[in-house]
Amino acid sequence: MSLLDKLDAVAAARKALLPEGVEVFGTPIEEVYSSTEARIGDHRILFLGTNNYLGLTFAQECRDAAQEAIHSEGTGTTGSRMANGSYSGHRALEREFAEFYQYRSCIVFTTGYQANLATISGLAGPGDIVLIDGDSHASIYDGCRLSGAEIIRFRHNDAADLEKRLRRLGERSRSTLIIAEGIYSMLGDRAPLADIVKVKDAYNSMLLLDEAHSLGVLGETGQGLVEETGLLDRVDFITGTFSKSLGGIGGYCVSNHPQLDQLRYVSRPYIFTASPTPATIASTRAALRLLREGVELRRQLWKNVHQLYSQLKELGYRLGPEPSPVIATILETPQQALALWKGLLEHGIYVNLVLPPATPEGHSLVRCSVSAVHTSEQMNHVGKTFAKLREIIFQ
Amino acid sequence: MLNDYNDVLQKLCHHLKQLAGAEVEITPQTDLINELAIDSVKLLNLIMEIEDEFDISVPINALADVQTVHELANLIHQIKSQKQ
Repeated sequence: MSLLDKLDAVAAARKALLPEGVEVFGTPIEEVYSSTEARIGDHRILFLGTNNYLGLTFAQECRDAAQEAIHSEGTGTTGSRMANGSYSGHRALEREFAEFYQYRSCIVFTTGYQANLATISGLAGPGDIVLIDGDSHASIYDGCRLSGAEIIRFRHNDAADLEKRLRRLGERSRSTLIIAEGIYSMLGDRAPLADIVKVKDAYNSMLLLDEAHSLGVLGETGQGLVEETGLLDRVDFITGTFSKSLGGIGGYCVSNHPQLDQLRYVSRPYIFTASPTPATIASTRAALRLLREGVELRRQLWKNVHQLYSQLKELGYRLGPEPSPVIATILETPQQALALWKGLLEHGIYVNLVLPPATPEGHSLVRCSVSAVHTSEQMNHVGKTFAKLREIIFQ
Repeated sequence: MLNDYNDVLQKLCHHLKQLAGAEVEITPQTDLINELAIDSVKLLNLIMEIEDEFDISVPINALADVQTVHELANLIHQIKSQKQ
């Protein structure tokens, strides 16, 4: 099979699954009106799949900061920090993130994907072991592959299974990096962090927690699952992204280990990529301030979460195991999921369609993500639409 | 040694039949992906079952070179032998 034949096979598989003219993946969005509304084709739609948990993409403070940064520092850095230097904004954001977590240091990355890629591949190497949750995000799998370490999976959210696998490793558990996520992106469930920490301590391993979906969402000040569980000082490395609750793009890793800084000299995804733009850094700094003070935003977010989760549950939809800003509807077949996705879009609601193999256990998912700035009218419309579609989808 | 390999092969085929269906004929030469339609996710879940069955660790990096039932059985056998 030639290089291009492989891509033809991908195209054929897509065609077999998705009807002609339906642009499910990468749907063209013509205009964006606000954190929650946009235009697709001729229709005004509600964003219900954007991970914009606090609705900060249109926050005035963030937009002003980005514009000011463009005026004062230009549109880009045109190179890596290693070669082109670290702007004052890069350094300030790193100090602010470290201070936010009360950790010793932070490294900022150009995307959240790269934060995992860079951190994991910088920490682990050939001869080491990474022990990852079976439902880990692709950025974690890719970071592990790049590291050259041996990759072993434990059953999703199962600390007893993790313990069993560490026991098998014997002395090698000491050179093992365990990786879990604050909130899992597919089903919206949280890691059993207290149990995982207990196991990692017992085996002298290290723990990296990815708070991509839990930053800004969990904990009094929005630090994530570490804050909600009171385990801030028991995790070795925390990674996360700016592209969800912070409404920008980029990623970070914080740690109390002084060696974190050395990743800047060994981690290829950090060294060989252009650094975040001044506008991105400035809007993220403003968003971080809003996130820390965002008690009211989090209250509103969770009100919306509980409303939608309980509505869908009452309607008989099969959902992820617990309420979370990621609310996944689990369908029996890809065709059912596609029908629900299309039905929602026809009613002006744009969500994520997620199909195997990108899903746990081969499920087909229609995934909603709830925002603090969804209004009660918008949430009611969503509930009513799911009710109407239930009759059609499951008839 | 050969007995050990045969034991691994037999147990592996038992797991594979649960995934692919009891009516499917499985030989050492059977291609896991093309003939048994075991996708990457199913294969990774199968590996966790196998790790538990044989009380071993199978790094998923090692699967890159595995295409047939024999190659997977051989990998498991090698890891099991190293452990003993």
